[in-house]
Amino acid sequence: MKAKWFATVLGVVMAGLLVAGCGEKKEDKKAEAPKQEAAAPAKKLVLGVAGAQSGDLASYGQPSVNAAKLVAKEINAKGGVLGMQVEVLPMDDQCKPELATNAATKLVSEKVSIVIGHICSGATKAALPIYKDAKVIVMSPSATSTELTQSGNYPNFFRTISYDLIQGKAAAEFATAELKVKKVAVIHDKGDYGKGFAESAKKALEDGKAAKVVLFEGITPGGVDYSAVIQKIKASGADCVLFGGYHPEASKIVIQMHKKGLKIAFVSDDGVKDDTFIKTAGADAEGVYATGPQIMAENELYKKALADHEKDFGGKPGAFFAQGYAAAQALLNAVAKAGGTDYDKVVAALRTELVDTPVGKIKFDAKGDAEGVSFSVYQVKSGKYELVK
Amino acid sequence: MEYFLQLFFGGLSRGSIYALIALGYTMVYGIIELINFAHGEIYMIGAFMGLIVAGVLTAQGWPALSILVIALVVSVLYCAAYGYTVEKIAYKPLRGSQRLTPLISAIGMSILLQNYIMLAQTPDFLPFPRLIPDLAFMERFSNFLGTSDLFIIVTSLAVMVALTLFIKFTRMGKAMRATAQNRKMAMLVGVNVDQVISMTFMIGSSLAAVGGVLIASHVGQINFAIGFLAGIKAFTAAVLGGIGSIPGAVLGGLVLGWTESFATGYVSSDYEDVFAFLLLVLILIFRPAGLLGKQRAQKV
Repeated sequence: MKAKWFATVLGVVMAGLLVAGCGEKKEDKKAEAPKQEAAAPAKKLVLGVAGAQSGDLASYGQPSVNAAKLVAKEINAKGGVLGMQVEVLPMDDQCKPELATNAATKLVSEKVSIVIGHICSGATKAALPIYKDAKVIVMSPSATSTELTQSGNYPNFFRTISYDLIQGKAAAEFATAELKVKKVAVIHDKGDYGKGFAESAKKALEDGKAAKVVLFEGITPGGVDYSAVIQKIKASGADCVLFGGYHPEASKIVIQMHKKGLKIAFVSDDGVKDDTFIKTAGADAEGVYATGPQIMAENELYKKALADHEKDFGGKPGAFFAQGYAAAQALLNAVAKAGGTDYDKVVAALRTELVDTPVGKIKFDAKGDAEGVSFSVYQVKSGKYELVK
Repeated sequence: MEYFLQLFFGGLSRGSIYALIALGYTMVYGIIELINFAHGEIYMIGAFMGLIVAGVLTAQGWPALSILVIALVVSVLYCAAYGYTVEKIAYKPLRGSQRLTPLISAIGMSILLQNYIMLAQTPDFLPFPRLIPDLAFMERFSNFLGTSDLFIIVTSLAVMVALTLFIKFTRMGKAMRATAQNRKMAMLVGVNVDQVISMTFMIGSSLAAVGGVLIASHVGQINFAIGFLAGIKAFTAAVLGGIGSIPGAVLGGLVLGWTESFATGYVSSDYEDVFAFLLLVLILIFRPAGLLGKQRAQKV
């Protein structure tokens, strides 16, 4: 019995130690949810926000939730949409397809009629059929897989970001036109998003004929060691690596490339254009190129959204904040213009009504892509992503 | 030829990473025949503890090598305590029940620890400082092998030798072997079986901690989920080498590392896992107990 007590005490002490170990814990963000509920009158419009809110890709999903809350707060202060107060209902999928279907089912069963999400392409693809059957309109701030819109399978899907075919092309064109590379090694993480980006980049390179694709390979995400692939890149004589995937793998590859003395250009996608990448790769991140949604630094609405974020949540928002903000605005605007949440009317409003957002004045084409948004290329310079093109 | 050597050494260093984690796995299995699925999580906790210690000491301006040593010591002690506690909470109450029950408990423990660290620490990736300093004489070989690779290889081999000697020649080692052969009989001749099992878990967890700190320092980043894939690969290595056999864990790790490395180098990294697990299946068809496992009749 004594041993058991000892074990219990030890367990508690250890639990305490680890919590204490991270003094700069952020305060619980959930604390704000009850306040909104209390203020809401009987009739309300629930805006679902699905995406990674925990897990290793949480940094992509959290900003959209904050953005939706900011938009909701502003609209509620003006009396809401058609007299309905907007309530934000976040739903976590950790960017995992199997959890995304759960999240979607849950949102559908809560009778949510408009959803912002999901964040990752794989998760979005898994969840979309559920929303489609339930006639729920979904708008992603970040899922860039080409087929989500271009296949025409999901008429209920919209997005406020451009897609991989364009992104891969932008990265490939940048590498050949600006960096003047001749031999490119294209690497991806085998996921929907990374592979999609890599394939469109490869196609653009082959069509452009300015550079040759000397290697096209997929790596296993989460691995401890990518030295074999790096030796292969080295042996191929490539002068540039184009990587499709997310930042955890990108930082490991960049670190190990430098360890093996391979210092060639590294061009990647908006899954890498995240401050976590710079944090984990440290000095090795310097000089890395990544494509990302076109910057809106000059946009007045974007400036205002940033200021609001600073006031309510403190600090700078993360990736896809502007796109999430735009998605919330576009959806709520369409509901207002349609005079209700009727599926057909809202879809029609999304396609015809221009709305002023931080990513510019947008409306959506017949396939669901926002008109007028595109990609730019950024480079890490002294610990920050800066626009190069 | 140079390309071959590069792949060979790449596989060697990757293999010893797997081996370092597999040693703890195989040791616990060898003594009490429990696949401790929480082992990968102890490895992850070891890495986190190493990061906390390294963070504090770096702020104090200590030299890199002393930080590495202190981080290792603290993390080993901490994880040994964790191993002890986990055994007492999750496995001891189930001793004597069916073999499947503690296995489920182990999976539960693994999920619990992962989510606990995610909530208590952060879901994000954290940068891990490079604690292993680059040695000057390794510069010439940097194309093949870095200093941290060398550290991991040497550590795996040293741990393998030390463990083998410990189990063969010490009193505790003898008690462990007795417990492994027949728990009830060992109890009857005066072996404190509870103590032996606790000790086994503490040693296994210490090894996980050593692996956690060294590997995290080699890879350069950690998060709460790193234990999962590492655990699966280490488990594969342990089975490949013959689970329960200590040299087998190292051999299994190396074979796995080389298979992956050569498959990537000469075929395609898309098929890395396919080749690794194909090899596992083939070896288990011809040698069901693994490369160095003892082929013995089932205990009845």
